[in-house]
Amino acid sequence: MKHKRTFKEWIKSRDGQQVLVMIAFMIVPLLLLFVFTYLPFGKMFGFSFYNMKYVGARKYVGFKNYLKVFQRDDCFGALKLSLYYMLGSVVQLVLALYLATVLSFKVKGGAIFKGFMFFPYLINGIAIGFIFKFFYTRGFVFDTVLQWCGFQLDNLPYWLRDQSINNFSLVGTSVWRYFGQNMVLFIGAIMSVDSELYEAAMLDGANRFQQFKYIIMPSIKTIITLNVILSITGSLSAFEPPYVITDGANGTGTYFVVMHEIAHTQQKVGLASAMAIILLLIIFMVTILQKLFFKYVFRNAEDEDPRAARKRERALARSMKKHERK
Amino acid sequence: MSISKILRAVLTTAKYISLIFFSFCAVLPVVSCFITAFKTDVEYQTTNVMTMPQSWLNFDNFVQAFTKAGMARAFMNSTIILICVLFFSVMIGTQLAYVLNRFKFFGNTIIRALFLFASQLPGVAMQIAVYEIMYNLGFINSLVGYIIMMCGTDIISIYIYIQFFENIDYSLDESAIIDGANYFTIFYKVLFPLLKPAIVTSCILKGVSTYNEYYCANLYLQDKKKYATVATSLYTFVGPLGSKYNLICAGVIISLLPALIVFVLCQKQIYSGLTAGAVKG
Repeated sequence: MKHKRTFKEWIKSRDGQQVLVMIAFMIVPLLLLFVFTYLPFGKMFGFSFYNMKYVGARKYVGFKNYLKVFQRDDCFGALKLSLYYMLGSVVQLVLALYLATVLSFKVKGGAIFKGFMFFPYLINGIAIGFIFKFFYTRGFVFDTVLQWCGFQLDNLPYWLRDQSINNFSLVGTSVWRYFGQNMVLFIGAIMSVDSELYEAAMLDGANRFQQFKYIIMPSIKTIITLNVILSITGSLSAFEPPYVITDGANGTGTYFVVMHEIAHTQQKVGLASAMAIILLLIIFMVTILQKLFFKYVFRNAEDEDPRAARKRERALARSMKKHERK
Repeated sequence: MSISKILRAVLTTAKYISLIFFSFCAVLPVVSCFITAFKTDVEYQTTNVMTMPQSWLNFDNFVQAFTKAGMARAFMNSTIILICVLFFSVMIGTQLAYVLNRFKFFGNTIIRALFLFASQLPGVAMQIAVYEIMYNLGFINSLVGYIIMMCGTDIISIYIYIQFFENIDYSLDESAIIDGANYFTIFYKVLFPLLKPAIVTSCILKGVSTYNEYYCANLYLQDKKKYATVATSLYTFVGPLGSKYNLICAGVIISLLPALIVFVLCQKQIYSGLTAGAVKG
């Protein structure tokens, strides 16, 4: 027979204790999540319909802010710069993948190379800004190194001022900063591959390239896909290099740099919010499209090769082991 | 046979050349800064940036940069921020991971999804509206406010903790329950001590990112004399000092020293922490 428990009894029972600990342990993180992520998210949506500053009167303007984003040259047009950053992230991923493959096998001084290439990831943004302002200054580090290689200073452009090249200079800093981190992620993924597979492949007479194609690639597919998705959305929201190095001058102002300027310097909060919402929508769309795309591509490409090959190799490895035991 | 040997030798050489080349590219910007930081004003103006300084013991720039940028204060602020943020985010993060991993309840997956989704939102865009909230809470120019904002648990450390909990056998909890322990005791006395490696890993990652954080620090800690962090103290060099690169470089080198030391000491944890966070995310 069920007997209705009083609140006191319930709180002492295991169910009650469970609820108690759940509330106690989750209330703070959920509160923080709400106050600093979802509340601002909602507010931003609201702001985008107003003509407002952080302080003072607000005026409802409907969709005017959204229209403005598309009409002003400096807003939506700035998204064009993302193409530079996308190109950069392709270079970065390929480079990271190459280095990760090389460094996952035995290499003399591997840890040192890895450390050198990873360290830029740990430098703070403002320091990076100064380092590269210095690096690209006329006649300074970059020019000197190029002169060592035989270039004439007169033929070299102003890396941060010349509009035909400055976005590449900035993208270069971003590649410099993140390729080591990507490499470390890839190494981690490659290392998690069962080493039996390599041995089996070696026995089968597979060369390094075949090993890469049939063993490494399939097993780190997920993390590569993830990084491609991240790098494209990251390119759309590129911010740091121009923010800390050129402050968006000379045609380097990416969408987010312009948005930051509009929000915090000009204090046109409504317009900036509309910009943010539009970009978020674009990012979501791109992410969903990419996920569908990858799902589709992998389903088709996976018909025979890697899986069958892996199965074969595993079977081979197993039979080898049996053999040894005998 | 000899051809394949030659080919192999060529490939090996190419491999090492590429490794050396990319390592050189990675360190060059920092090394050039390091060289310049040791130059006197005269030397800086008369010699090429890549020429070695006359004396590697000329620490004048470091001393000057340290005092001019008020770095003593900045280091103190950064330390306070770091200790508080790490302490609270470890507490919050491990507790949340405990509940999410050990209890099945309606909303478990929803909460995980909410955190995952939050991590996808670009910070710069979010700060437009967060600024208004910080303003209304009176958190502009307040270390406490900044610390609270930074404590928001990040998905990476939650994943690291959850993964770790998955490897702790549930029978441990059960035997503690049989012994009469309640859930709080189980968490604090039994499980929390076991989490140590995961806590170390996530602290290093979170520590480095907190130490390096400059965007929000710049936005919310506007009083650069009183509330500068190490990263934002470098803003002193924007403006009239903007072309004295020997001084600036010294400041930059000082600011990245702590990260460098942590990196040299804890490489393994940093690598494994990054990987653990990424594979699941």
